[in-house]
Amino acid sequence: MKTPDKEEFTLSIYSENHVGLLNQITTVFTRRHINIESLTTSESAISGIHKFTVVVDATADNIEKLAKQIEKRIDVLKVFVFRADEIIHQEIALYKVSTSSLLGGNEIEKLVRQYGARILEITPEYTVIEKTGHKEETQELFEKLDPYGVSQFVRSGRIAITKTKKELLENYLKKLETDQTQLN
Amino acid sequence: MEPQSQLLMKEKTNETRRMSGSEAVMQSLLKEGTSIIFGYPGGAIMPIYDALYNYHDQMHHVLTRHEQGAVHAAQGYARVTGKVGVCFATSGPGATNTVTGLADAMMDSTPLVVITGQVTSSLLGTDAFQETDVVGVTQPVTKWNYQVRKAEDIPAALARAFYIARSGRPGPVVVDITKDAQINELDFQYRPVKSIRSYTPESPIDFHQIEEAAKLINLSKKPLALIGQGIVLGNAEKELLDFLEKSGIPAAWTLLGLSAIPSSHPQNVGMLGMHGNYGPNIKTNEADLIIAIGMRFDDRVTGDLTRYATNAKVIHMEIDPAEINKNVHADVPVLGNVKKTLPLITGKITKNEHKDWLAEFEACFRIEYNRIIDKEIAPDDKGLRMGEVISKVSSAFNDDAVMVTDVGQHQMMSARYFRFKQTRSVVTSGGLGTMGFGVPAAMGAKLGAPERPVCVFVGDGGFQMTIQELGTIFQTKIPVKIVLLNNNFLGMVRQWQELFFDRRYASTELINPDFQTIAKGYHVPSVKVTERETLNDAIKQMVESEGPFLMEVLVEKEGNVFPMVPSGASVSDIRLE
Repeated sequence: MKTPDKEEFTLSIYSENHVGLLNQITTVFTRRHINIESLTTSESAISGIHKFTVVVDATADNIEKLAKQIEKRIDVLKVFVFRADEIIHQEIALYKVSTSSLLGGNEIEKLVRQYGARILEITPEYTVIEKTGHKEETQELFEKLDPYGVSQFVRSGRIAITKTKKELLENYLKKLETDQTQLN
Repeated sequence: MEPQSQLLMKEKTNETRRMSGSEAVMQSLLKEGTSIIFGYPGGAIMPIYDALYNYHDQMHHVLTRHEQGAVHAAQGYARVTGKVGVCFATSGPGATNTVTGLADAMMDSTPLVVITGQVTSSLLGTDAFQETDVVGVTQPVTKWNYQVRKAEDIPAALARAFYIARSGRPGPVVVDITKDAQINELDFQYRPVKSIRSYTPESPIDFHQIEEAAKLINLSKKPLALIGQGIVLGNAEKELLDFLEKSGIPAAWTLLGLSAIPSSHPQNVGMLGMHGNYGPNIKTNEADLIIAIGMRFDDRVTGDLTRYATNAKVIHMEIDPAEINKNVHADVPVLGNVKKTLPLITGKITKNEHKDWLAEFEACFRIEYNRIIDKEIAPDDKGLRMGEVISKVSSAFNDDAVMVTDVGQHQMMSARYFRFKQTRSVVTSGGLGTMGFGVPAAMGAKLGAPERPVCVFVGDGGFQMTIQELGTIFQTKIPVKIVLLNNNFLGMVRQWQELFFDRRYASTELINPDFQTIAKGYHVPSVKVTERETLNDAIKQMVESEGPFLMEVLVEKEGNVFPMVPSGASVSDIRLE
């Protein structure tokens, strides 16, 4: 039997905001030996509910099992799994270059314009540039800036929004209510 | 504690009352219907034990000899009663000693609430004496766990713990309570938990899938029902019988599904899996429909998945969505509690008998009987066989005892040769395969079902893993009957060494102590059987004994369990010898 190909998946995991939840979620990945490519977590649009956005490379079959095992954790509300074409996603990158290299010519300024980046802060010693985009785009800018001396470069994890109109979780919470009525 | 508050605590009132966190623990347990606790005290849980002292008339505490024993005993209790088993353990080593039992309960879906003491909250994270990150350690082996650092959080945490442990697919829960939370006071009020937003214990019934399942059943020529513990956990034994008797479908049980229907039921075709019966294994690949009811397609049941149920559509009736398509693809998944879903399907199927198909199982059974069973229960050669001992013990208890086992050859033999008349008659470590489970689990089982005889089969290896619990049996006067099937080997590992490792018996032979002397030290009467002639008398002596009893039987040193589906092989490759 041919081993199925791995693809990139983005998981949106919604949970209660409790201590230790990140650990509960990541152990499911550990058990199945799936490496997390990127992880972002913060409060979701619904107050009191936390959102984790996780990017992994896995097979479609594995990701279904993984999602169900995460959802099985008591404090996890819901897991949505997306392929790249179902979401719009973004990452943010910060670059620190020396201000002297910025003033030394117009190359850096050109790159900032060309890549739709912006300058966040300028001090006599350093300048901080910010760029949002996909990983390849922020990486490309890094490679372009590097010859001029990038003293620090950081990139965030992915955040993603679905292409559907409404927040999926809201629909889910509504469905929960109707299910409850059916069961009782 | 002030005497006045002791008077007050007898009053049944919903009004809040000021009390310590420890007393709130006791009050919460009472509200959840707990009447027995298995545990072991220590520094960080002393305030709770101090509160327990005032409740001895309402709460029976069983002092085990090791925290692992406490958890296994609670498992035994939970398995025979269907109630939540409750344990106390102290912080640090007390808590880490519970981990094996928790993992076992997690695998076998046993409802437990384990309360551990924790160091005072101001010391958390400082590597204080007997401090362990219990929430971190037990997280992968619990359904839910939680650390309570404030006295006022105790009632809500315990209410949630009990609800989670017993609802949906049951499982173990740990509540870790810091010492200051046990000591500080709160206004006690108990509100049982009825739902949790982020938790769906039972999926709503999908009636379309019920229709689809019934259609497949009505069209099927060779259907096979696989009976798992879900039947027992859902109290769906009657619903199962109704389904089986209307459909006429042969039913095979998993290790944990044993006793869900009577052994003697004409549609019961025996046990699935590695050491199960010949028919249900070999016929799995002939069946055109598999109806899996409350079971999870464990690898010991399926063998090689690529050659499992190759001709069959699969209906998977299951409460836990994570089990659907985990190991075996379900053509029709029927999510929900089988107690509710089975009658809906039964209502939609046509009456059938499947006489010819059942006759095929009967033919398989005759082959197995002639080649294996007869030799095992009525051997001609001199050496005593495990099967004959187990079969005779079963008869001596009128086939109606609670059977507890440890893990290994004797476990598989017990599953094959013990017989059952009523449900909840089996307590065995299925998923985790925990040696040392048997004796403590039997104590809990006997305390949960005092009116029934409880008989535990152990090997000489597993017995010595928790042999200290003989002390609990003596102190608590628990009349369990222990059958030690002694072959002076770690028999199952030895069998594998014989079959798959060229008889290289690496570290499997045991030089054993005199078990009768050990039993005597614990004041447990015993008998030792070395010859077939004395077996019946010994069994009679054990059955008629009033208190706990040890019957040691020296069995054949190199006996093997057959049939066997070798690890990684297909169920079709089942070996009869």
